[in-house]
Amino acid sequence: MSVDLNMNVLIVDDYKTMLRIIRNLLKQLGFNNVDEATDGSAALQKLRDKEYGLVISDWNMEPMTGIQLLREVRADAKLKSMPFIMITAESKTENVIAAKEAGVNNYIVKPFNAATLKTKLVTVLGNF
Amino acid sequence: MTATVPPELVGRLSALQGRMQTVSREEIAEVVSALLSEMQGDLSEDNLKLYAELESLSRYITTAKSEIAALRPDEITAQHLPKATDELDAIVGATEEATNSILAAMETLEAAAGEMPPELGEKVTEAVTQVYEACNFQDITGQRITKVVNALKHIEEKVDALVAAFGDEIAKYKAAHPEEEKPAEEVKKPTDAELLNGPQLPDDASKQAEIDALLASFD
Repeated sequence: MSVDLNMNVLIVDDYKTMLRIIRNLLKQLGFNNVDEATDGSAALQKLRDKEYGLVISDWNMEPMTGIQLLREVRADAKLKSMPFIMITAESKTENVIAAKEAGVNNYIVKPFNAATLKTKLVTVLGNF
Repeated sequence: MTATVPPELVGRLSALQGRMQTVSREEIAEVVSALLSEMQGDLSEDNLKLYAELESLSRYITTAKSEIAALRPDEITAQHLPKATDELDAIVGATEEATNSILAAMETLEAAAGEMPPELGEKVTEAVTQVYEACNFQDITGQRITKVVNALKHIEEKVDALVAAFGDEIAKYKAAHPEEEKPAEEVKKPTDAELLNGPQLPDDASKQAEIDALLASFD
């Protein structure tokens, strides 16, 4: 099954430059419907208002962090199967374990490159 | 220990208190000697040693307080730490602004790549991607600087507590050294080393027009 490149993707990061970078890299890969949020609570609201096929989220944000967003998503009956990739500078083993236990689909450590992003997207969504 | 001071000694002390300006050293020594002889019956050797130690400790604390006050910890919280925090915030702001400019230029270039011959367009897109990747630095440095700012805030809280504890000593020190409160320019002209200020924070920096006006004022 090929990936629907027209799916809505939500990217979440409190750094506007990082949102811009991820958006541009996704655009290069063919994803054109990309929305942005700057923290977990704003992202959760968007996820409840519109249908998305993927969330790519930072960890360290206020007031709601990426891991809290992930837990909220997994606890929500409508959103619980949402593909969720964490992109973060938090690289400690304990962070990765916590994210995995919370139900993350994949984990990218900043700084990252375009090839890593594509590899993780293929792993989570399938080939495109 | 509860020693009762004999009425005769109380009378002599009261008499001395009434003429403090004219009391001789010999008179004071005589009264102190009499006081000590009255106390001896109530004080053991161990107690005297203990009092001596306490007196020594008290002197040590007083000296330490004066020395800490002389370090002016109030300046650290009032000037140095806020300045350091502002400088770090300025770094984050400047790198964010520069990164956005770079990204905007790259987006323009990437759009133009679509109008180029395929081979050239591909090379340009590849280079643009590398710039996008490199721009990750702004997020990473921003987060690192935020950690430093938080550490500085923690230090500021601790020094604030120190300043509160030593408030009287600092006030005494400032009263005894009033020249240190004067702005540097009132005291003397800046030295060459003092002129090495580095970049100013955006709000403090002179605009080119202001510098031109200043230069023109010398003509």
